[in-house]
Amino acid sequence: MCSEPAAPASMIRARGLRKSFGDFEAVRGIDVDVRRGEAFGFLGPNGAGKSSTMRMVAAVSPVSGGELRILGMDPAVDGPAIRSRLGVCPQEDTLDTELNVRDNLYIYGRYFGMPKKEVRERVDELLEFVQLTDKADAKVEDLSGGMKRRLTIARSLVNRPDLLLLDEPTTGLDPQARHVLWDRLFRLKQAGVTLVITTHYMDEAEQLCDRLVVMDKGVVAAEGSPLDLIREHSTREVAELRFGVAAEGGSHEAIAEKVADLGERVEVLPDRLLVYSADGEEVVAKTVERGLRPVATLVRRSTLEDVFLRLTGRTLVD
Amino acid sequence: MAATDRTAPDTRGDLPLWTGIARQADYWWTVYRRTWRSSVVSSFLAPLFYVVAMGVILGGFIEGDPDQLEGASSYLAFVVPGLIAAHAMQTAVGETTYPVMGLIKWQKVYDSMLATPLQVSHLVGATLGFVLFRLVTTCAVFTAVLAPFGVYESWWGPFLAFLAQVLTGMAFAGLVYGVTARLQSESAFGLLFRLGVFPLFLFSGAFFPVDNLGGVGSWVARLTPLWHGVNLSRMFALDNVTWWLAGVNVAVLLVLCVLGWSWSVTGLRKRLVS
Repeated sequence: MCSEPAAPASMIRARGLRKSFGDFEAVRGIDVDVRRGEAFGFLGPNGAGKSSTMRMVAAVSPVSGGELRILGMDPAVDGPAIRSRLGVCPQEDTLDTELNVRDNLYIYGRYFGMPKKEVRERVDELLEFVQLTDKADAKVEDLSGGMKRRLTIARSLVNRPDLLLLDEPTTGLDPQARHVLWDRLFRLKQAGVTLVITTHYMDEAEQLCDRLVVMDKGVVAAEGSPLDLIREHSTREVAELRFGVAAEGGSHEAIAEKVADLGERVEVLPDRLLVYSADGEEVVAKTVERGLRPVATLVRRSTLEDVFLRLTGRTLVD
Repeated sequence: MAATDRTAPDTRGDLPLWTGIARQADYWWTVYRRTWRSSVVSSFLAPLFYVVAMGVILGGFIEGDPDQLEGASSYLAFVVPGLIAAHAMQTAVGETTYPVMGLIKWQKVYDSMLATPLQVSHLVGATLGFVLFRLVTTCAVFTAVLAPFGVYESWWGPFLAFLAQVLTGMAFAGLVYGVTARLQSESAFGLLFRLGVFPLFLFSGAFFPVDNLGGVGSWVARLTPLWHGVNLSRMFALDNVTWWLAGVNVAVLLVLCVLGWSWSVTGLRKRLVS
């Protein structure tokens, strides 16, 4: 019955992809390739164009310019066929709060044209997978935030998608709920599902993504694996120096000048200085030798947050 | 958990309208099972109170003169077909205001549906299909309950009147759905009910012949969609049909249904697929 094309090399292929809302350009010409079986991330702050990109990839929002192919098909022509093979976990839970947990999944499966018996079996399987079997008959409004997210993920899997789109999957969850969710997503990845994740949490991107693009103001600022991006755009370690500004008799900017030669570069944040160097301990030691007295110091490995800061001059959550 | 043995994907191109609507049948059935108890009051009891109060008790004071009552031999026989048509309007407006706003804005159920192979026209089609189901059940029960009161003049009249009432409801359903799809906030619904639905209910000929409104007034009333529904419903129920006028009434209501459909689909598309 279906005339789908042979498995494409790229699950998602975008060239010069644009999205405008009136005069505002949310996405300003991005190139992206997502390969089968990988976990691909869009990392960037709020307003970077991640969600607009995601809505175009979900074959819901029409493309304003450029080229987009999802599973080898054009969303403008084959939207329903594309969506039948996608799973979408939106940023905001769109569960029917008046239905119970099981009915939310069952009804959703029916939208895909799945036979009743098959959906029922699938629902039991998914409830087990997201650890909600004992909540099957509970109302959605009685679930915790983490449970609702897991239910939304279960719902997005009901049609056994080739490609799972997760828009800010753990925003608003407590740390424990985030780890439970990451574990489930990691299992999906191992089962061969291609994941596309947008997030403004760098730890989430590092945990889950094989490859990612850093987005800022509607464009791709950098692309690569988390490790490659860190190697390319940052140093091995970072020394974080916090000063009681009044006591040092100067602003953070003034102090930054005094330690500038200790690392490859220095970033001035409102509450601290970041000195990028291969040896963070040495930076701290030399800072103290120069008579500067930081009230707190921390030496850590570089993260994607540092990459983002380097590329855009801003922090991810601002 | 097997992730690869996926469901057969949909064929390429658009999904047929009826397929998209049929896939939502389970959803709407679940909604109905959840809400039918509360709808009994608004669907059956409230209009029955109107019939008793206006038709039976107040009507007892009104002389049953067929010349004054568009051919009806009693005020009850006059008011019932108009009342059911007006009730069809109210049911349709009720189902396409707050519940549709909920689907669009509060629960965002429509957003979740659009992430599946379903398209905007399927969403509108299934919602209006549910309104049709509500109209059919409400008007049918109402018509049947009133049969023993001797308000119908022929055996076929109530059937055609029933179709006229359902058509009246659907004309309003599409128009109001289109308005709801374009509203950012539910606060305008109060205005719609107070300045739209309520005056139509009172002055479109359900309770008295519109000729009583005077020259200009009666023609203004005849331009309203509800009058076409009330008139059609009453002509059939009273077996007093002016066929060319019935043709005009049907044509107006059908045109409104078609316009309402298009107005709804374009409104929802603009709202949700940006």
